[in-house]
Amino acid sequence: MSSAVVNPPAVADATPDTSALTLSYAQAAALALSEAMQADRHVVALGEDLGRGGVFGQYRGADGRALVERFGPERIIDTPISESTIMGAGVGLALAGMRPVVELRVADFALCAIDELVNQAAKNRFMFGGQGRVPLVARLPIGIWTASAAQHSQSFEAWFAHVPGLTVVAPATPADSYGLLHAALASGDPVVFMEHKELWSMQGPVTPGVHQPLGKARQLRSGNDITLVSWSRQVHAVTEAADALAAQGVGADVIDLRSIWPWDRAAVLESAGRTGRLLVVHESIQAAGFGGEIAATVAEHTAARVARLGAPRIPVGYAPTLESVARIGAAQVVAAALKLLQR
Amino acid sequence: MTDLLSLYRTMVRIRAFEDAAERASQGGVQIWGQSAAADAEPALVKGPLHLSTGQEAVAAGVCAHLHARDLLTSTHRGHGHTLAKGADSTRMMCELFGRAHGYNKGKGGSMHIADFSVGMLGANGVVTAGLPIAVGAAHALKLRGEEAIAVCFFGDGAINRGPFLEALNWAQIYRLPVLFVCEDNQISATTRSAPMTAGTQAASARAEALGIAATQVDGNDVLAVSEAAAQLVAGIRAGSGPRLLHALTYRHKGHVSVDPAHYRDPAEVAAALLTDPVTRARELLAARGQADAAADVLAQAQAEIAAAVAFAKAAPFPEAHEAFEDIATTGEGAWA
Repeated sequence: MSSAVVNPPAVADATPDTSALTLSYAQAAALALSEAMQADRHVVALGEDLGRGGVFGQYRGADGRALVERFGPERIIDTPISESTIMGAGVGLALAGMRPVVELRVADFALCAIDELVNQAAKNRFMFGGQGRVPLVARLPIGIWTASAAQHSQSFEAWFAHVPGLTVVAPATPADSYGLLHAALASGDPVVFMEHKELWSMQGPVTPGVHQPLGKARQLRSGNDITLVSWSRQVHAVTEAADALAAQGVGADVIDLRSIWPWDRAAVLESAGRTGRLLVVHESIQAAGFGGEIAATVAEHTAARVARLGAPRIPVGYAPTLESVARIGAAQVVAAALKLLQR
Repeated sequence: MTDLLSLYRTMVRIRAFEDAAERASQGGVQIWGQSAAADAEPALVKGPLHLSTGQEAVAAGVCAHLHARDLLTSTHRGHGHTLAKGADSTRMMCELFGRAHGYNKGKGGSMHIADFSVGMLGANGVVTAGLPIAVGAAHALKLRGEEAIAVCFFGDGAINRGPFLEALNWAQIYRLPVLFVCEDNQISATTRSAPMTAGTQAASARAEALGIAATQVDGNDVLAVSEAAAQLVAGIRAGSGPRLLHALTYRHKGHVSVDPAHYRDPAEVAAALLTDPVTRARELLAARGQADAAADVLAQAQAEIAAAVAFAKAAPFPEAHEAFEDIATTGEGAWA
């Protein structure tokens, strides 16, 4: 896998606000992690290939140095390819007073650790009557990424949103990658932190010290004709679509959910109640996806008409012609929005 | 040197607890070794109850060498380990009865019995799941420079799941202070383990293949277990890295309390009962002139468990709203 994405310049000179850095999505997460590790010696990271800076460079600082050089191999822990035990040991580390960040390479491989995440981490606090807490952050990279085919391209956020005890986060920008990772580390409970592989190299402003609360959406565009809700990589397709719709005279409210669970129902219900139309867009498969949850909630609480746009229920294919069938783009969002407006 | 009477005390407390729990799951309450009371009760233990009757020597012999700061994970058959680690029998019985005063506030029951205050991090409803958690706990102890160790009990069925290999490898590569204890009762749920397991003496052989020294012991001989555990625990405390204890024992009861275990030959069961660890320890105490002391210990255990049952029967259930507590934010949509 290429690590070319990890070595852009650390600070853009063009940024007028000297307190804001320009970082990649990967570097932003590395900054949050290194700040948390600096502040609390109980924070450790464990996973495959962390010593070389992570599969995608997400354990490499803006100066290009792997975090292990700064924190040592006892805190940036290179592990064997043992997904069950990476996650299970994370639970044990947490119960014994540490704050582990567990890296599982790609979310698809988290399925090899599903008992440890769903039955152990998520249930512990409740099942043992509050005796134990599992302040564990599971970083599970999601999404379609350069011909990675059916076992390296999936987005499982709906699966984890279904599990009581898990918080599910999916940042779309470097600022949120930074701010939400801090929030995840501070939450004290297991958090599934889903980073999109196509966003690793995305550059954006990050202001150190500006953290984001879990469960709070962000409004990116304002309009009164339709509400577009999305998260992660698709936020950018939706924003592009909103601009195209604006050119056609359609005003869209664009909401980046940022946290899948808990999700910002108040923001979505307010917007959908006002615009009367809701379109949820996600990269994961539309059938039984989290868009269905949002659509149903909006339908139960408002008079808005609702629609979903996600991938067809097919494995992601390797060839570009096949992969593109599973990939949602701005043009599809525009088409779905116009169709909904005509209903 | 841990004395036999002390080990015997732990074993009879477990035996009395298991017997009372079994009867409470069937309706009616009776304490082991005491005459039956003609009380008809509704079942007080509602869910699956996995008893460790017959395996008491492993829990007692190993935990005799642990301190409160040492950490422990267990199996779905975890009452004995929890008691031996120092938990309170009344709060345990409350948990089995689903009462608010239970260790888990009635949220866990038998399969999730735990007392974090004495380092017992939980029984587990998933076979093998305790091993990765134990190595993680041991990893934390090592990172923090603490002198404590972690111990995990698991059954012979657990060695055929992947996390067994992963956890042992992990413990060995990081040289963690962890004792793996295979409590080999020879049956995986309701199926013989031997034909389901490749290799002979597989728990020990697999550990040794990873460079982890293993010790095999008669798990129904509490002194043998205790002596072996003493050596292994001392070595781990001195920095030996992980060790495995393979204790051969026998489960007197079925997989769960409602399982009559007809898959076993009655002759085999009868023969196994002749090696009952509690009886063996009592006879050894008598031979050493401690019969009266043993009888006193037994009576104390019976009284303790009878009191635990009486308290638990009278204790309140948790309020319904507590179903929404002790959990990461449920969000507004918990009902959605």
